Amino acid sequence: MPKRVASANDSPLVPMPTEAYIPQRDLGKTPILECRHLGIDFGGLTAVDDFNLILGRTEIAGLIGPNGAGKTTVFNLLTKIYQPTRGTILLDGRDTHSMSTVQISKMGIARTFQNIRLFSNLSVEDNVKLGMHNSIRYGMFSGIFRLPSYWKQERIAHDRALELLSLFDMQDIAGAKAGSLPYGAQRRLEIVRALATNPSLLLLDEPAAGMNPSETSELMENIVKIRDTFNIAILLIEHDMSLVMGICEGICVLNFGKVIAKGTPSDIQSDPTVIEAYLGKKKEA
Amino acid sequence: MNRLKLDRSLRRDYLTYAFVIVAYVILQVFSGTKGFSPTLRGQLVPICAYVVMAMSLNLTVGILGELSLGHAGFMSVGAFSGAIAAAALQNAVPSPGLRLAIALVIGAIFAGIVGTVISVPVLRLNGDYLAIVTLAFGQIIKSLIENLYVGVDAAGLHFSFLKPHITLAQGGRMILNGPMGIPNIGKISTFLAGFILIMLTLFIIFNLVRSRAGRAIMALRDNRIAAESVGINVTKYKMMAFVTSAALAGAAGALFALGQNTIVAAKFDFNTSILILVFVVLGGLGNMFGSIIAAAALTILPEALRGFADYRMLIYAVVLILVMLGTNSPQLKGLLKKLVPGKKGEEV
Ligand SMILES: Nc1ncnc2c1ncn2[C@@H]1O[C@H](COP(=O)(O)OP(=O)(O)OP(=O)(O)O)[C@@H](O)[C@H]1O
Ligand SMILES: [Mg+2]
Repeated sequence: MPKRVASANDSPLVPMPTEAYIPQRDLGKTPILECRHLGIDFGGLTAVDDFNLILGRTEIAGLIGPNGAGKTTVFNLLTKIYQPTRGTILLDGRDTHSMSTVQISKMGIARTFQNIRLFSNLSVEDNVKLGMHNSIRYGMFSGIFRLPSYWKQERIAHDRALELLSLFDMQDIAGAKAGSLPYGAQRRLEIVRALATNPSLLLLDEPAAGMNPSETSELMENIVKIRDTFNIAILLIEHDMSLVMGICEGICVLNFGKVIAKGTPSDIQSDPTVIEAYLGKKKEA
Repeated sequence: MNRLKLDRSLRRDYLTYAFVIVAYVILQVFSGTKGFSPTLRGQLVPICAYVVMAMSLNLTVGILGELSLGHAGFMSVGAFSGAIAAAALQNAVPSPGLRLAIALVIGAIFAGIVGTVISVPVLRLNGDYLAIVTLAFGQIIKSLIENLYVGVDAAGLHFSFLKPHITLAQGGRMILNGPMGIPNIGKISTFLAGFILIMLTLFIIFNLVRSRAGRAIMALRDNRIAAESVGINVTKYKMMAFVTSAALAGAAGALFALGQNTIVAAKFDFNTSILILVFVVLGGLGNMFGSIIAAAALTILPEALRGFADYRMLIYAVVLILVMLGTNSPQLKGLLKKLVPGKKGEEV
């Protein structure tokens, strides 16, 4: 576990969150993600409030908390599926204010969804190629008339898709319909599709949900492998504590939309507020 | 070489091309013989036009996954612009084949332009709202054309809106007479032209679907939020599908018009839009082969069963409901889901 030190990054506009930690190897580089006082209200309900987070460029971090804590909402804010009511999101040092989901994707955030969202009537390979949509460069006309650029780019896309699928040993089912895959394979395909966008930050929403223990441990190895191969940051939401404690370098705990604890896995495991949030308050006489 | 690998869907594309070619050859051979019914011979061009209409609507409904109830509007734009162009070019372009080709292109261009214009408001909407606006569009186009008067003389085309009187120079003549439509169209559409248009439509749709743009269009249908999150521009690809669909319908409209003696705007009304939608739903969403069969069969059927023509719309409605209940296609389910009010707020 790398030693964790407070980030030296500072901004004149908003005071730095004091409890921000990133792995030492990522120090001195712009954090890939920085959230400052992020919040969103749905009518009267404050789903997320004063959310602060700094993520190192090659960090694997966990976002945990009880059901309904606001974890998925944070992902939806980061990818601009919801526009934040308050606060700032800096991606690689750039303010993402008023950007759309599409622009965020082009800026380098890719994600998976808690309730799987594949292009279920399309093939596995097409799902991955859709992840590469913005790196494949030929127009509608070249596509319809199958000009040389079509053949060349599709060839490259095909090879790259199979290469990415082979990360999860899925290259042999490239022709299968995505919607017909078993649950675990669908989750893996979502990760491959997200990687195909060539992201610098990967958001995984409950990647191990519905997986058995052996699938989960394989997934853990793969997540670390992805980080090491692509040199990207990964922020993951997960209820499976063996996964979170096993691979996350930093953990942020949410409860009722607020951050209640932040730190290394060992810090979190012994934090009384976290234990209380998960197990409920001890009854007082 | 993977490029040459024939997967199942690709094989279906080739079978569809082959079917159209074989059907054309057979009909062409038999239409020369004495036993061939003259009614059917007269129906060959309209069948081709409706087949193209069904395939083009299938691009919007089956491949893009948006319900359009105004497709006949695009057919109408293509029919009238194509027929006016053909009439205006009567002397300038003596070859009927070339004049027909120009008319089809003009029909496609005009319908494409109208499609582009209305796609700006329409594509901001989803599901039932989009359906309602396309329905209104179909009615508006009909009313506009019913009030349009076009004449031609040596100086070129003259247009008038609402006012039927156009002063034309010596030797000039009226082409479009508002609600009376265009009379005395020189029938220049041929079965061969219809066949070529069908093949071209198949070529465009199949190749589009297997390209980057087509994948993006189908991704929007399957999961809009996921599509956006991989960086697909929703408006751009919706528009691409919608405008392509409109342009193909325009070409079909021109083909249709130039195979008739007379066309009136009332012909391209809501019923026609629904009729084409029935072809698409019966043939299967996203299934071009199915659209061809359904459009051809249901265009011949009323002619064959002339006596029952009064009940045609009733039968269609019943069949449509039964098919919707009976079909379990995921696209249809997805489309229905979009149409059920209150179910649009998707959970992320
Ligand atoms: N679009 C929305 N409109 C209204 N309320 C919402 C919306 N999205 C989320 N919420 C509310 O925000 C809160 C946080 O939800 P969220 O889905 O982020 O929880 P979560 O931490 O991901 O929970 P889980 O572990 O069950 O996935 C919940 O109370 C939820 O009902
Ligand atoms: Mg969640």
